[in-house]
Amino acid sequence: MRELADDARVDELIDELASSIEKNMRGGVWALIGIRSRGDLLARRLAERIGPDRFAGVGTLDITLYRDDLSEIGPQPVVRTTEIDFSIDDLHIILVDDVLMTGRSIRAALQSLMDFGRPSRVWLAVLVDRGGRELPIGPDHVGLALEGQMDPGEQVQVLLRPHDARDAILGGSTP
Amino acid sequence: MSEDHPWTHTNLLGIDQLSSADIRFLLRTAAGFADVSTRSVKKVPALRGKVIVNLFFEDSTRTRASFSLAASRLSADVLDFSGKGSSTSKGETLRDTARTIESMGVDAIVCRHPLSGAAVQLAQSVRCSVINAGDGKHEHPTQALLDAYTIASRKNREKNFDFDGLTVAIVGDIVHSRVARSNIQCLQRLGAHIVLVGPPTLLPSTFSQLGCELSYELDTVLEQADVIYLLRVQYERLAGPAFPSAREYAACFGMTTARLARAKSDVLIMHPGPLNRGLEIDSAVADGPNSAILEQVTHGLAVRMATLYLVTGTPHPDVV
Repeated sequence: MRELADDARVDELIDELASSIEKNMRGGVWALIGIRSRGDLLARRLAERIGPDRFAGVGTLDITLYRDDLSEIGPQPVVRTTEIDFSIDDLHIILVDDVLMTGRSIRAALQSLMDFGRPSRVWLAVLVDRGGRELPIGPDHVGLALEGQMDPGEQVQVLLRPHDARDAILGGSTP
Repeated sequence: MSEDHPWTHTNLLGIDQLSSADIRFLLRTAAGFADVSTRSVKKVPALRGKVIVNLFFEDSTRTRASFSLAASRLSADVLDFSGKGSSTSKGETLRDTARTIESMGVDAIVCRHPLSGAAVQLAQSVRCSVINAGDGKHEHPTQALLDAYTIASRKNREKNFDFDGLTVAIVGDIVHSRVARSNIQCLQRLGAHIVLVGPPTLLPSTFSQLGCELSYELDTVLEQADVIYLLRVQYERLAGPAFPSAREYAACFGMTTARLARAKSDVLIMHPGPLNRGLEIDSAVADGPNSAILEQVTHGLAVRMATLYLVTGTPHPDVV
């Protein structure tokens, strides 16, 4: 896979994403919720850059149980914990994920979120928009837009510390 | 320890079939289900469209209710089938009953039966998943798993479910207890040291071959135990008098406040329920701060959700 962004560029992209979110944060009470297993790391970094005290909370969402491909044959995906220790009722929730492609993860995340309460509004922030949507879902904040620049078979992978050894965005066919 | 341990079991027939890595993976999965019960909508769509059958040939309220609720919280449909007063009393065999139910298109059968080995036989007769909810004196795997989960959560071992250095005393009618058999294996695989305690009539010396320490006096093990697990005196399984009187049993093996005072201050008191208050456990102990009895019930739900989720998602070896 080729490197689409290195450590420094990822840092810039997160900065841009943070300032785009910050500009939009007018009125209401806000919270960040990241989708496992890299959206949660991204949410935490965004909170640090924007200022943790600007948010009612930073949560982690595991969408495994809401996936639309669970009934297909194959071993069950690993279930991890969801950690949202604040009420999301009437909050502006910024849903954070690393890569947006088909939109199916976001659909699952939205359904899961609604089971936690009734947010005032949900926004979507992604580090990379890969393109290739299968559902009518669009991001509000994008770090790197790759729409139309990738072949259909190609994948985008985001590496983030401390989950990975370094920060990077990789693209191409998986070996 | 890998986070993505491959789960390969289509059935849960006993702890015997599980490796320590399997047990830890299931308990970690259960942790992911525990928070579902705290949400405003206590339901996830993971098993939507699947059918789970409760097939109980023995009285049970809590296990049956726990499995039903676990299946409901996963959005599965639940069919309750009571062995008593049904076609089995008209002479139908277990195999025929199971295959009839399976023909309705079910994904898993949760089975309780008074005969040891019933779940294994059932699993050989059907292609859907089978979960053993207690078979005779053999095994009760989900009870052992929820007990392990409870110990981990109260003893701060949730990170890796490693019970190294913990001593668990299992007290009471060991010989008739499927809970004891499953717990011995489960807790040993997680690294705990097991001391079995009971009157010689209910604790044959052969149990030492499982690697357990045996004791015929509760008073001698009080000080070393981190967990004291009291078994229910099962009058329905006792063929003859195993001890002279209930009063004598309570005097020798009952967990009283006086005994609790001599145990470690952070000792965990557990019981699979239902309780015989005043016999194996005093009310003050059962309702006191050392007791984890109600947490066991709560955690049972998460453990059973994890079990249903894992076994129904594993492809049957015959289906490729």
